[in-house]
Amino acid sequence: MTDVVTDRILAERVERFLGTLNQAQELGLTVAKAASGTLILELPYSSKIVGNPETGVIHGGAITTLMDTASGSVMICALEDFELCPTLDLRVDYMRPAEPGKPVFARAEIRKMTRNIAFTRCEAYQDDGEVIATCVGTFMRIGKEATPQSYRDMITGGPR
Amino acid sequence: MNMAEVLRQTRESGDFSPLLESIPYAGYIGLQCERFGDDLVFRLPRKDSNLGNPLLPAIHGGVIGGFMEVSAAIYLMMSQETFRMPRIVDFSLDYLRAGLDRETYAECHLTRQGNRVANVMITAWQKSRREPIATARAHFLLDR
Repeated sequence: MTDVVTDRILAERVERFLGTLNQAQELGLTVAKAASGTLILELPYSSKIVGNPETGVIHGGAITTLMDTASGSVMICALEDFELCPTLDLRVDYMRPAEPGKPVFARAEIRKMTRNIAFTRCEAYQDDGEVIATCVGTFMRIGKEATPQSYRDMITGGPR
Repeated sequence: MNMAEVLRQTRESGDFSPLLESIPYAGYIGLQCERFGDDLVFRLPRKDSNLGNPLLPAIHGGVIGGFMEVSAAIYLMMSQETFRMPRIVDFSLDYLRAGLDRETYAECHLTRQGNRVANVMITAWQKSRREPIATARAHFLLDR
C-alpha cells in the first residue's frame, strides 16, 4: 500500500509544528489551507501588534513573522519527512497597509527545492484578495538528521 | 500628544518610553532603546513568547526581523531634523547565525537620505558586535 498524505494530514502536521513555535502561538497563527507544495496561514487582527494606534494598522514586523512562518512551514507540504529548515534570507515588499480589524492571510509556495536549498515565494492579502505584501525567501536544508527523531515523529504523527 | 511632540520630548529627555509606548508592536516584542551620545542602541531582552525553534531554542526569525524594522524606523525618525513619519517600502534580511534565547542588540546606519526615500542598514548581534546574527537593509518613504 502506498502512503497517501492528504491535504488534511499536511494541515495537521503544520498545526502541530506551529504549536511548538511560541511566537506563532502568541500571534494566533492558524492553518487556513494546506496542499502539496502550498500553504495558507491566517493571522488574526489584534491591537497589540499595531504599529501606529492612530491608524490601527498592523506593524510590518508581524506581517514579516506571518510570511516567514508560512514560507518556513510550507516545507512540511513539500517534503515527505519533517526537516527544520533555517531561514537564509527574506526579502519583503510592503505594497500597502493592511486594513485594520481584519485578518491577514499568507499564501506560501515552494518555487524550487534542491538538495541544499528551498526557494519560496509568499503573498500576504486580506479578504478582498488584493496583495498587501510579498516575500521571497531561501531556506537551508540541513537534513532531517539535524532534527531529533522524537520531534520529527511528533510533527508527522509517528514513525512511518 | 502627537508623534511629532513625542519625538521632540524624546530628543530632549533621552527617555524613550513615551515613544516606545506609542508603538504597540514595540512593546509586544519588548523592544528597548538607549542613547549613547548621538548613537542609539536597540535592545530586545529575552522573552519566552518571542521564541520560534523550540529545539535550540531560538528567537523566531520573524521577531528578529520585526525588531530590526522597528529599530530602523525609530532611528530614522530620530535622525530627521523635522518630524517625518517613515513608511517602510521594502526590507531585505540575511540571517547569519541562530538568534539564541538571550538578549539581542541592534544598531542602524543611514546609508542614503534622499528627498523622499531613505536607505537604512541594520545589524543585530548577541554575544559580540563582531558576530552579527542578522543584517538587513530597508527603504522607507518619508512623509512631508
